[in-house]
Amino acid sequence: MLILTCPCCGIEADETELEPGGEAHLKRQGPGAADADFEAYLFQRSNPMGVHLERWRHAHGCGKWFLAARNTVTLEVYGTYPAQTKKPPQDIVRAIKKRVPGWEWQG
Amino acid sequence: MSARLSKGGRLLDRSRAVEFTFNDLRFRGFAGDTLASALLASGQTLLGRSFKYHRPRGVIASGAEEPNALVGLGRGARFEPNQRATTTELFDGLEAESQNHWPSLEFDIGVVNNKLARFLPAGFYYKTFMAPRAAWKHLFEPVIRRSAGLGRAPSSRDADSYEHFHLHVEVLIAGGGIAGLQAALVAGRTGARVLLVEQTAHWGGRAPVDGAVIDGQPADDWISNAVQALEKMENVTLRTRCMLSGVYDHGFALAYERVADHAPGDARPRHRLWKIRARRIITATGALERPLAFAGNDVPGVMLASALRDYLVNWAVSPGDRTVVVTNNDSAYLSAIALKEAGLEVPVILDARAEATGPLAERARELGIRVLAGRGIAAVRGGKRVRAVETCLQAGEGAVLETIACEAVAMSGGWSPVVHLWSHCGGKLDWDEAQAHFRPDPARPPLDHNGEGFVIAVGNADGAMTTGAALESAVAGARAALKAVGKAAGRVAVAKAAAEPAQPMQPVWLMPEGASDARRMKMWLDFQNDVKVSDVQLAAREGYESVEHTKRYTTIGMATDQGKLSNINGLAVLARELNNDIPKVGTTTFRPPYTPISMGSIAGEARGELFQPVRKTPMHGWHEAHGATWEPVGQWRRPYAYPRTGESVSDAVSREVRNAREAVGLLDASTLGKILVKGPDAGRFVDMLYTNMMSTLPVGRCRYGLMCDENGFLMDDGVVARLDEDSWLCHTTTGGAERIHGWMEDWLQCEWWDWKVYTANLTEQFAQVAVVGPKARKLLETLTDMDLSAEALPFMHWADGEIAGVRARVFRISFSGELSYEIAVPGGQGLAFWEALVKAGDAFGAMPYGTEALHVLRAEKGFIMIGDETDGTVIPQDLGLGWAISKKKDDFLGKRAQQRADMVRPDRWRLVGLETLDGGVLPDGAYAVGEGRNDHGQRRTIGRVTSSYRSPTLGRGIALGLVERGPERMGEVLEFPMIDGRRRAMQACIVDPVFYDKDGEKQNV
Repeated sequence: MLILTCPCCGIEADETELEPGGEAHLKRQGPGAADADFEAYLFQRSNPMGVHLERWRHAHGCGKWFLAARNTVTLEVYGTYPAQTKKPPQDIVRAIKKRVPGWEWQG
Repeated sequence: MSARLSKGGRLLDRSRAVEFTFNDLRFRGFAGDTLASALLASGQTLLGRSFKYHRPRGVIASGAEEPNALVGLGRGARFEPNQRATTTELFDGLEAESQNHWPSLEFDIGVVNNKLARFLPAGFYYKTFMAPRAAWKHLFEPVIRRSAGLGRAPSSRDADSYEHFHLHVEVLIAGGGIAGLQAALVAGRTGARVLLVEQTAHWGGRAPVDGAVIDGQPADDWISNAVQALEKMENVTLRTRCMLSGVYDHGFALAYERVADHAPGDARPRHRLWKIRARRIITATGALERPLAFAGNDVPGVMLASALRDYLVNWAVSPGDRTVVVTNNDSAYLSAIALKEAGLEVPVILDARAEATGPLAERARELGIRVLAGRGIAAVRGGKRVRAVETCLQAGEGAVLETIACEAVAMSGGWSPVVHLWSHCGGKLDWDEAQAHFRPDPARPPLDHNGEGFVIAVGNADGAMTTGAALESAVAGARAALKAVGKAAGRVAVAKAAAEPAQPMQPVWLMPEGASDARRMKMWLDFQNDVKVSDVQLAAREGYESVEHTKRYTTIGMATDQGKLSNINGLAVLARELNNDIPKVGTTTFRPPYTPISMGSIAGEARGELFQPVRKTPMHGWHEAHGATWEPVGQWRRPYAYPRTGESVSDAVSREVRNAREAVGLLDASTLGKILVKGPDAGRFVDMLYTNMMSTLPVGRCRYGLMCDENGFLMDDGVVARLDEDSWLCHTTTGGAERIHGWMEDWLQCEWWDWKVYTANLTEQFAQVAVVGPKARKLLETLTDMDLSAEALPFMHWADGEIAGVRARVFRISFSGELSYEIAVPGGQGLAFWEALVKAGDAFGAMPYGTEALHVLRAEKGFIMIGDETDGTVIPQDLGLGWAISKKKDDFLGKRAQQRADMVRPDRWRLVGLETLDGGVLPDGAYAVGEGRNDHGQRRTIGRVTSSYRSPTLGRGIALGLVERGPERMGEVLEFPMIDGRRRAMQACIVDPVFYDKDGEKQNV
C-alpha cells in the first residue's frame, strides 16, 4: 500500500486511489519499426530489483497520469514527476543517486 | 488432574458463574475465564487430536501462540472451526467441540497413524502415491482428507455482520503490555494522535503475572494508573481485543478487532478490520517462550512454563498436584516458585545448564525445591496425560537416572521476541548470541516512502528482556517516533523497575544432547502440523539446505499458528544438522496476518446487496416494475428479458425478437459508453484510436469503428458520430466506457501531450433508447415534427430535434438489422421519454426487449460482440472486418502489430456462421475437432463456437464461430464433440455468418 504524491494535484495519494501503468519512458514503436524494436516495445520490461521508474494514474483523484521513481526492494520513493517528461528530471536523478550511488538511467 | 484452586485468579470474577458446553457436556467456569482456563479448571486436559498422527493433545500455551487447543465454536450460522481455546473468552452458552477425531475425542480410530508414524515421515506425500494416477483421486486422497485435517468448514451463511474502520494516526502502538503503555504515555502527552491496540481483553501483558514491580508499586497498580491517564487523553485511542495483524508498505497496517466474539448476537458487528495509515509504528509485542525438544513433549500436561504460570496466577488453575519444571533459563523458576507458593508440589527443577546459581535458583532452593543442574528429560511417560518424567543428563544420550511421578511438566527453552510485525514489511533481524534469539536490527528497519524506518520495536519485542530495560526501550522508541512526526517528547519521567539479576541462559535445541533416533521421533517441534526433530533431520539428510525449502518439505511452521513455537527450534535443529550457524541458516519469511483473521472481517460490509455498487439507468425502476429479469454487465444491471405472467424467460426472448422483427421493440441502451472527443487535434486523435478513417467523417454522419490495442487485438467497437468541426462522439461497449476513456487519456497525457484534445465521458449524462423494427418510424412520427424519412435522415446519419417534448439526438444506426433509431436524451428525462415511447407504442404493438433479444438479433445478422467473438487474441481481420481497417493511414494503434508474422498467418481461426445439421443449438464454447493429434495426444481443435442461440426468426439453432481458414471452407461439415459424455458429437455446416436479410434491405428503408 504505497503512498505517492501526485505531482498534478499535490495530494499524497494512497495506493487505493491509483492505477499502475507499468514501466515509464517506453518509446512507442509504430509502423516501420523493425521486428526486434517492436517486440522490445511490446514485451521487454526491465523489472529490476531496485530503482524503477513507473507510470501511475491518479485514477480516483484528479485523473492525471504521472511518473514515479521508487525502489522495488526498499520501497523508498525518490520522487514523482509529470508524465509529460521524456527522461527523468535532474532533481529526481540526484535524489536517486544520493541513495543509490552509481545508478544510471538505462533509457 | 488439573483443577481450580480455591483462592486467587487475578482475572476471575468468582461471583459470576458461566455455563458452557464442550462436546455437548456441560461445564462451568467464571467470568474472566478463557475457554482453555475453564476447561483446565474442570479437569479437561485432553482437548484435541493432532493433525497427522491423531495423538492426544492438550493446552500448551496460554495465548495466541497456542498450536493444539483448537476447537469448533458455536452452531449453525455462527459455527466457526479452528478457534484457539486460549484466546476464546468464556461467555454464557458458549458451545465448543473438539476436532480431528472419529468417533470420539477419547477413542479415536485415526490414532493408528501414530503407530504407523515411522512410515509417515517428512515428504511422505511426495514419496508415496506417485502411481497409479487413478489411485490418488479415488483412494489415497479421500482417505487422507478424512484423516488429516483440522475442523470442518461451516455450511451456513454467516449470521454475523462485520465492518471496516479507516484511521490515520501519527503513532500506532501494537501491544498493551507495560512497554506499549509506557510508549503511549510518552507519545500521548505530546498531543500526537496515538492508537494503542492490545490483542487480549486485558492491559499489562505478562508483567503482573511475573510479579514485576514498577516505581515501587505492583505492576497491576502501575498499569491501571497508566490506562487511566491514557483514557483522559483525547488524542489517544485505546482498543483491547484488537490485534495488529499486519504491517504493510509505507506505514499501512491492519488491525483486527474482535468486537463481539465474547458476546455473540448482541447486535454489534462481530469483528472490525481497521485500515490504518501510521507515520510510525511501535511494536511492543512482547516475546514468546519456546518449548524444549524432549521425547513426549506433546503429551497433555506438558506446558510452557510461562503458560502454566498464567493459568495459575490469572485463573487459579492448578495444573496438577505435582509439576516438574525443566528449563535452560531463569524464567521458569518463577513458575516453580509460584506453584510452591500456591501450595502445590514441585518435585524437581531440571536445569539443563551445568550449574544453577542465579538468585531465582537460590530462592527455589530456599523454598525447599530440589534443583538439579545439568539434567534434562529423557522421556515423558503417559498417553492422554502426563504420568511421570524420566530424567537424564543433558550432556548424555538419555540413560534414565530417575523416574519422577508428576501430573504436569513446565518447560522453558528461552524466549523469542515477537518480531513478526517488524519483519512483515522487510525489517531485518540480528541473532543475539547471549539470549539465543533473533531480535530486530535497528540499522535495517522497514522503510517508508521517505526512505526512513517506520517501525520501531520496543520492550521484549526488541530483546529488552527485563522490566527496567523494557520500560527504558519503550521511552526511547516513543522519543524516536515523536521526533519523526515533528513532536518533542520533552522531559519524561521514565518508570523505574527493580533490578532483575539473572544467570545467563544456555541454548538447548535437543534434550538430551545425544538423544537416540527413537527419542527424536517423539520430540515435537511443530505441534499443530506434527513435525518432529527426526523429520527436520531427515530433510537435511535428503539435501534440503534452505530453511524455506525445509519448511515446505516438512510443513514445519505452515499450520495456522504459523510456527510461533516451532520456527526457531526447527531452524536450530536444521542448522545443527547442516553444521552451520543459526543466523546463516536464517529464518523463514514472516507474513501477515500475525494470527488468522476471519474472512468476514476482510469482506466487511461488502456482501449481499453491498457487495459492489450497482449502476442503474434512469429507466431501471420501470424495468423492475415490469418484471424484467436482469443481466449484470460490468457494474450495470440490464434487463435480460421481460417475461409475462406464465411465460418462460426463453419464450419471452423469442417473443421480443419476433416483435422487433415484425412490429417495433424498445431497448434501454443508456449503458452504452458515450465519450466526447473535442479539440483542434481531435480528428488526428480519433484516427489514431480507430482502425478506420474517422477524421474524414462528415458532420451529421455516423461510422462504425474498431479500436485495437498495441498488440493489434480488437478491444472495443462502436458507432462514432461527427458532431461538429472539432467534435466526435465515440460510442463504446457498455463494459468498456471507463476503460476506453482511460485508454484515451493515457495516450493524450503520456504520448501525444502536445495535441489539443479534450475527452469527456458523458455516459451517464444521457439516457438512450433504441426504437427498433419496421414500425419504428411510424411510432416516432406520432411524437415529433422531425423529418425522420429515409431521405431526410438516411441510414448512418444523425439529427437533433425534439421528441415527446424532450430535446433529443437521433442516430439512425442499427445493431439488429431492422429500421432503427437510437435516441439520446438528457439523463434526467430518460424515464419520461421511455414512458412516452411505451404509451405511444401501444398502438403499434411496441414491446420492450432485453439484452438476450439484442444478442439474438445481432447474431442473426452476423454482427460481432466484443467479449463473445473477441477474447483478447482476435484481430479485426479474423472477424471479416478488414473493410474497417484503413489502408490509407500511416499509423493507428495496433497497425504495426497486425503486420507481425503471426497476424498474417493464413491458417488463423476466422469468423464463420455455423448451422447444425439437425437444427439443434450448439453449446457456447464447443470446440470443433479435425484430423490429427496435438502434442498432448488429444484430438486437434480447429475451431470453436463463440455465440450460439436458437433463432426464433429462422426456427433453428444458429451459431457464430472462429474456424481455422474458416471462410475458405464454406459448406464443409465440422464435428463438435460434446463434453457431457452422453450425446454424440454435433455436426454443423460452415456458412456465411449473416443468417438473415443478407443484403441489409430491412435496415435501409
